[in-house]
Amino acid sequence: MDQILGNLSLLFEFPVVNVKIILDGVMIGALFALAAYGLALVWGVMNVKNLAQGDFVITGGYVAWWLSGQGLPPLLGVPIAFVVLWGIGWVIYKLVISRVIERDLFTSLLATFGLAIMIAQLLNLMFGSDTQSIQLKYDTLYFFDGFVDVPIAKLIGVLMAISLAAAVIIFMKTSRMGQAIRATAQDARAARVLGIDTDKVYAFTFSLNSAICGAAGAIIVMVWVIQPFYGISYSIRAFVIVTAAGLGNLPGVIAAGLGIGVAEQYGAHIFGIGYQQAVAVLLLLLVLMIRMLQQRRMRQSLK
Amino acid sequence: MKKLTYTGLLAGLIAGASMLFAHSSMAQECEDLVLGSAISLTGKYATNGVHAQNGYEFAVKKIAQAGGVKVGDKCYNFKVVYYDDESKGDRAATLVERLVNQDKVQYMLGPYSSGMTKAIAPVTEKYQIPMVEAEGASRSLFNQGYKYLFAVLSTSEQYLASAIALAAEKAQASGSTPSSVKVAIAVENDPFSLDIRAGVLEDAEKFGMQIVIDEQLPRDLSDMSAILTKVKLLKPDVLVVSGHSKGAATAVRQIGEQNIDVPMIAITHCEAADVVGNFGAAANDFLCSTQWAESLTYEDPIFGSASNYEKEFKSAYPEYAQKKVPYQTAQASAAVYVFKDAFERAGTLDKQAIRNALSATDLATFYGQIKFSEAGNNIAKPMVLRQIQDGVYNVVAPSNFASHALNWPRKP
Repeated sequence: MDQILGNLSLLFEFPVVNVKIILDGVMIGALFALAAYGLALVWGVMNVKNLAQGDFVITGGYVAWWLSGQGLPPLLGVPIAFVVLWGIGWVIYKLVISRVIERDLFTSLLATFGLAIMIAQLLNLMFGSDTQSIQLKYDTLYFFDGFVDVPIAKLIGVLMAISLAAAVIIFMKTSRMGQAIRATAQDARAARVLGIDTDKVYAFTFSLNSAICGAAGAIIVMVWVIQPFYGISYSIRAFVIVTAAGLGNLPGVIAAGLGIGVAEQYGAHIFGIGYQQAVAVLLLLLVLMIRMLQQRRMRQSLK
Repeated sequence: MKKLTYTGLLAGLIAGASMLFAHSSMAQECEDLVLGSAISLTGKYATNGVHAQNGYEFAVKKIAQAGGVKVGDKCYNFKVVYYDDESKGDRAATLVERLVNQDKVQYMLGPYSSGMTKAIAPVTEKYQIPMVEAEGASRSLFNQGYKYLFAVLSTSEQYLASAIALAAEKAQASGSTPSSVKVAIAVENDPFSLDIRAGVLEDAEKFGMQIVIDEQLPRDLSDMSAILTKVKLLKPDVLVVSGHSKGAATAVRQIGEQNIDVPMIAITHCEAADVVGNFGAAANDFLCSTQWAESLTYEDPIFGSASNYEKEFKSAYPEYAQKKVPYQTAQASAAVYVFKDAFERAGTLDKQAIRNALSATDLATFYGQIKFSEAGNNIAKPMVLRQIQDGVYNVVAPSNFASHALNWPRKP
C-alpha cells in the first residue's frame, strides 16, 4: 500500500512523468488497436471470434525477425510480413475457418483456440523458445531533460501502424471489395442474393485480418520483444478493445486501443508492472458491467 | 576411374569394419550402465533442455574414452535413456514412473528447470532413486527433506547476491558507507526469480541498504518502461533484474533507450538473450551472473581445464562454434562426472550405496568444486559475476577468480 501511495505521489511530484506514461501508452496502444481492428473485422463480417489473433501477430514478428537475420533491412519486414501472413491467413481460412464459419459459437472458438496452440508450438519448434527482437540502428530523441524518451524506431513503428490503418480504412470505404465486405457484414444472405460471392469475401476478410496482424507483429518485434507463447496477451487485449468499442465502430476501436495502452502504463506505474495486464482485464469487466446495466435499462423501457 | 572409387570404397569399408570391431571389442569389456532422464526436448524449455542433453552426452562419451566407470573390477559405460517431458511437469512425473517401472532405471539425471525437478523429485524419492540434477537451482528444492536429490549447481538465491556485496565494496572504496546504497529490484514472479530476490534482500539487509524499488515482472514481459521511469526518479545505486531471457532483453534494450544512469546493473540470462549480439554497445558494463565460465581456473582429469572443456565440446558439437558454451551444458556434464565418481567410490551398483557415496562427494571438476550439503545442494562452488566489457564477458567477481577489474560506475 505504501508503495502504491509512493508511486502516486511520484506522479504529482514529477508531472513530466505523466507525459512519458501517456506517450508510451499511446505508442503501444496504436499496435493493440491494429490487432483489435482485424479482430473486429473478422468478428463483424464472419461472426468468427478468432482466438489465434495474437498468434498471427507473433508469427508476423517471427517472419520479420527471420528476414532481418537473413540480412534484409528490418523495415522491409513489415510489408513482407503483411504479404506472408496474408498467404498463411488464406490457407488457414480454406483449411479450417471455412468449415466452422456457419457453425455455432463454440465450434469456431474451439477451432481458433486449437489454431492458437498449434501456431505457438510450431513457432517454438522452428525458432526456439528464446525471446527475439530486432534492434534498429536509430537514435533516441530526448525531451524534458531526458525524462521523456522517444526512440526513433518506436516512432517509425507507430507511423507505420497509422498509415496501415489509414490504408485499410480507405480501402474499406472506396474499393469494390471493401463495399462487398461491408455488405456481407450487414446481411450475408442479402449480399449473396445480390451476387456477392460471400465465400470469397470471407476468405479475403480473414486473409486481410491476418495480414494486418502480421504487419503489427513485424512492428512489435522492432520495438519490444516476441516469444512463441506471447500471442495470448495480444489476443486478450484485442478482445478487450473490441468488446469495449463494439463491432463496426472504428473510431471506438482506435480510442479504446489507445486508452487501454495508456491505462496499462498508468496501472504499471501505480500498482507495479506485474499488474499491467490485470488493468486491461479489469477494464473489460467494468465495460461489461456498464454494458449490462445499459441494456437492462433498455429492456425495461421496452416493457 | 570408377574402379578406383570402388577400391577406395572397399578400403574404407574394411577400415571402418575393423574400427567397428575394435570398438565393439572395447564395448564388450565395458557393460552398459543405464541412467534415465526425462528432459525438455520440445516446449518452452526446449532450448536449454537440448543444451543439457548435449552436456550429458558429451560427458558420457568423454568418460567412455577415459576408460569408462570402474566399479569393483568391472568396467561400465554410461548409457542414458531420454524421454521428452514436453516442458510439462505432470508429463515429466509420468515419464519418471515409466523409467523406473518399465525401463528399470535405477539412477536418474535431472530434467531442465527447477519446476520440472520439483515435479519429479517426489517420484524419485518414492522409489529411492538417486538423482543428480544440474538444472534446478530453486532453493525450495532443498528444504523438502529429500534424501536422493543432489544438485551440482549453486542455488538461485546466490545468483545476484554477490552484486550487493560488490556494491557495498564499491561504496566503501568511494568513501561512503554500504548502508547509504539504494537498491532497486525487478524480478519475475516465478520460484527461480523470487529466490534471487530473497537472496538480494537478505544481503542488502545485512548491509543495512535501502530498498527503493521492489517490483515483480509479469510472465509475458515485453515492456518495463514503467519501472525504469521510477528508476530514473529514485536514482538507486544498484539495479537487479531477473526475468529469464525476456527480462534480460527487455532490460538491456530499454535501459539503453531511456538512458538510465545507474552505477551498477546486474541481470541474469545474458547469454540466453544474447544481449551483446542483439544490442551491442547498449549491453556494456552490465553484470551477468553465471554458474560457470570457461575462463575460470577449475580443472579435472576427465575434461581437463574449463577452457579445454569449452574447446573439446565445441569440436564435438560444431553448432556451438559461433557462441559460448552455455553453463547449462557444463553443469550437465559435471552431473554425469559426479555419478562416475560416486559409482567408483561405492564399488557396487547398489542404489543405496550409490546414494551414500553421492552424499559424501567432494570432487574437484572443471565446473568447480562439488560437495553436497545435507539437503543435497552444492555448497562448495560460488556463483560468478561477469561484466560485459566492450562486448566481451569478463569475470569480475568473486575476486579470487576475477580476471578483470570492475568498470564502476557504469557509463550510461
